[in-house]
Amino acid sequence: MSNFDFSTSFSNSHFPNPIFTASGCAGSGKELAQFFSLAEIGAVVTKSIMLKARSGRATPRMAETPSGMLNSIGLQGPGVDQFLAEDIPFLQKAGARIVVSIAGETVDDYGSLARRLRGIAGVCAVEVNISCPNVENRGQVFACDLIASRAVVEVVRRTLGGELPIIVKLSPDVTDIVAIASEVISAGADGLALINTLLGMVIDIDSMRPKLGGKTGGLSGPAIRPVAVRAIYQVHQAFPKTPILGMGGVSNGRDALELVLAGASGISIGTATFGNPTAVINVKEDLEKLLIERGFSTFKEAIGFAHRGENG
Amino acid sequence: MKINRRAQQRSVEIVSNKKIGAYHHMIFAVGDMALHALPGNFVAISVGGPGSAMVLRRAFAIYRTHDRGNYGGTLELVVAPHGQGSKWLTGLPMHATVDMVGPLGTNFGIPTEPVNALLVGGGYGSAPLFGLAELLKENGCRVDMVLGASSAGKIYAPLEGKRAVNSMTVTTDDGSAGTKGRVVTVLPDLIERYNVEIIYSCGPMAMLSAVQDIAKQSGIMHQCAVEESMACGIGVCMTCVVPLRDETGAIKMSRSCIDGPVMDGASVIWNSNGVIPAGTIGAPNV
Repeated sequence: MSNFDFSTSFSNSHFPNPIFTASGCAGSGKELAQFFSLAEIGAVVTKSIMLKARSGRATPRMAETPSGMLNSIGLQGPGVDQFLAEDIPFLQKAGARIVVSIAGETVDDYGSLARRLRGIAGVCAVEVNISCPNVENRGQVFACDLIASRAVVEVVRRTLGGELPIIVKLSPDVTDIVAIASEVISAGADGLALINTLLGMVIDIDSMRPKLGGKTGGLSGPAIRPVAVRAIYQVHQAFPKTPILGMGGVSNGRDALELVLAGASGISIGTATFGNPTAVINVKEDLEKLLIERGFSTFKEAIGFAHRGENG
Repeated sequence: MKINRRAQQRSVEIVSNKKIGAYHHMIFAVGDMALHALPGNFVAISVGGPGSAMVLRRAFAIYRTHDRGNYGGTLELVVAPHGQGSKWLTGLPMHATVDMVGPLGTNFGIPTEPVNALLVGGGYGSAPLFGLAELLKENGCRVDMVLGASSAGKIYAPLEGKRAVNSMTVTTDDGSAGTKGRVVTVLPDLIERYNVEIIYSCGPMAMLSAVQDIAKQSGIMHQCAVEESMACGIGVCMTCVVPLRDETGAIKMSRSCIDGPVMDGASVIWNSNGVIPAGTIGAPNV
């Protein structure tokens, strides 16, 4: 075995390896625990938790697209009370490092949610999801608005103090993602999660209406990987010290390496898990092999390596 | 409750692939996966090969399993090649391997005492009913079956399957085999004639809903295997949800891969495509 150091960090939280699940793509953790040990991966990122239970959107909720899929789940979930009572104890017992993803309808919701996450064993970071495209009101996508993004991050920062790193999840559906990144970093974000799904639509040519119950949905899968690589590259170039949790169509080690070279400090696996329950483990093993083959002795050396020699 | 507790992921070999009418009967060497499968369970198969543009698994109800034989444990499916993924699968040669996850989901409940059971299948939805019929017969039940499809070529009823039941009734929309019409046209008569005490069904949602109406009118238990499109089959994607009323009366958007595919027909809120039924937990305020 090699002495390769696969560990990574987001602010003051440290992880033995950089491969995470993606929010909304790993259920409660219980579903995947049958296929691998949750303690083996860097962290489990939970589905985005809201204050109250939420039914999500009507069906059909899914349409497969070339090298991807559209989903229109609409943040179905049990609400924070049940999440803390049932899901967290399971993840703690499984030895998982936990990144809790939170989503609110209002700025105050984010503050209330953050308050509930203080002092919980196993929770290593908070992902602030301000970019879910599947909400009734597109105005709710905070990440498309500089002022709203800042307000959410400030209230979470104020509530958590320095207790937990805050990773803010951004939408690629903006004109200038670097401007949004700049705003949330100055508001107190420790890291960024890039990218959420892209808003899309499929029309059923038999019914001749939008295929999804919610009409629009979030596009994910290998089809969006170049968008993720671009967003990570741009943001890392502008803010090289801010760690990025990269995601967007990663299904093997080669894909993960691409995002790492662009500037990701961690990689989340989402849609690939739908096609392969053990995708997270495969990516982890492949990425380690590829990094060693390329002569890296630590994972951290490879972060943003594609930027070497650039000015500034 | 442990989720997916009997599921395995493994590379399995195709040991038979035969076209039968509109369908393909496929046999896979699956080792001890066969030991754990029960009627009603399904498997999820990745399609298209490495680098495929089809990123989601395809779910198939298990037709039947055998613990041991020339190929060890085997698992059989009846596949309708109408989508890109199922066409790829049915086009594979003998000895090709596919990545299979299973067995998944809930199974048909078997009564503790011998009862008169009526099995209702639509199209290739008949497949899981033959294994169920055998199990019910072993438990001393009377088993009658009714199969419906658009035309004769889409009825899946192998000879050995017919032997496993006391009677077999066929309906086709075009009248090319059996009684012309839908399965529900013959149900009331069959229920009365065979003094039916429980109905098991598998097929398209519209058929299941119509069967539930008749079961309710007749005051009969109805277990159905629902058909919602799935992305993962293992409970993580939340796309295959069906509104389901639980013991407390609360309606929850429930995953047909975890809380189903076999559900109590009386608990399903039918015809909910495109709507969140009023009273569902967490429904949006309107």
